[in-house]
Amino acid sequence: MDPSIVDRTFPPVGPYVVSAAKVTEFAVATQWRGAGVPPTFPILLLNDAMLAFLADVGASLERIVHGEQRFSYRRPVTVGDELTATLRVGTLRSLGGADVIGTVSTITDAAGEVVCEAKATLVHSGGAA
Amino acid sequence: MSASGSPSTGSEAVEFEPQRFTLTRADLVRYAGASGDFNPIHWSDRVAGEVGLPGVIAHGMLTLGLVGSAVAAWTGDAEVLELGAKFTAPVVVPDDESGVVVEVAATKVTSDNGVVTIAMEVRCGADKVLGMPKAVVRA
Repeated sequence: MDPSIVDRTFPPVGPYVVSAAKVTEFAVATQWRGAGVPPTFPILLLNDAMLAFLADVGASLERIVHGEQRFSYRRPVTVGDELTATLRVGTLRSLGGADVIGTVSTITDAAGEVVCEAKATLVHSGGAA
Repeated sequence: MSASGSPSTGSEAVEFEPQRFTLTRADLVRYAGASGDFNPIHWSDRVAGEVGLPGVIAHGMLTLGLVGSAVAAWTGDAEVLELGAKFTAPVVVPDDESGVVVEVAATKVTSDNGVVTIAMEVRCGADKVLGMPKAVVRA
């Protein structure tokens, strides 16, 4: 993978409007034993940001493995939020023929305030990107 | 710190009983629809086999979602400040009625300055399936 992707910021994805119906669907699917919005809910938006990034750099999806995911919140997501995700490549290293890509996505609300920072490690294995 | 027995706790009067979640193929399909992640390794034995997996596996983010659910149950829905893990081993879900059980256990709970940090162990059968699963919540 081209080392110049490090520190590159990719076009924002969104806005994504958080609806009560989608939160309920996601809560049921993750066997949520709390109230409010499950903390992994922003993966909906992050999936889109990661797919756009992978398409942009020409990575083949079937060679991608999600190695790690960490969320760091400034405030909880609530129904009615309009969220935008902006992905930046933080790190890139080679490990046994695979590219290990460290991404940082910043999720902001309609006012531009940061809601959450999400770090994902994507492992792109084998062959050229 | 220990993998079994009671976790060491701070001042929180909370029971950190291990939380168990059953996953069947239907649950994977439900999560695929809810999350928009339709990667066929999560629903097709054929594709899972082609990429060298022992069978259809759960989405890593579904397993992490169960971890979030366990944390909510333990803390009475405390505000989550951090949540994350490495996806280190697959959760293989058979095509049968009973599925598999994912167990989320707290191994160490520390309380400091109004913030509670929960280290966990997440197992499917004998296998640890997540690396360094950790949550930080507001007390």
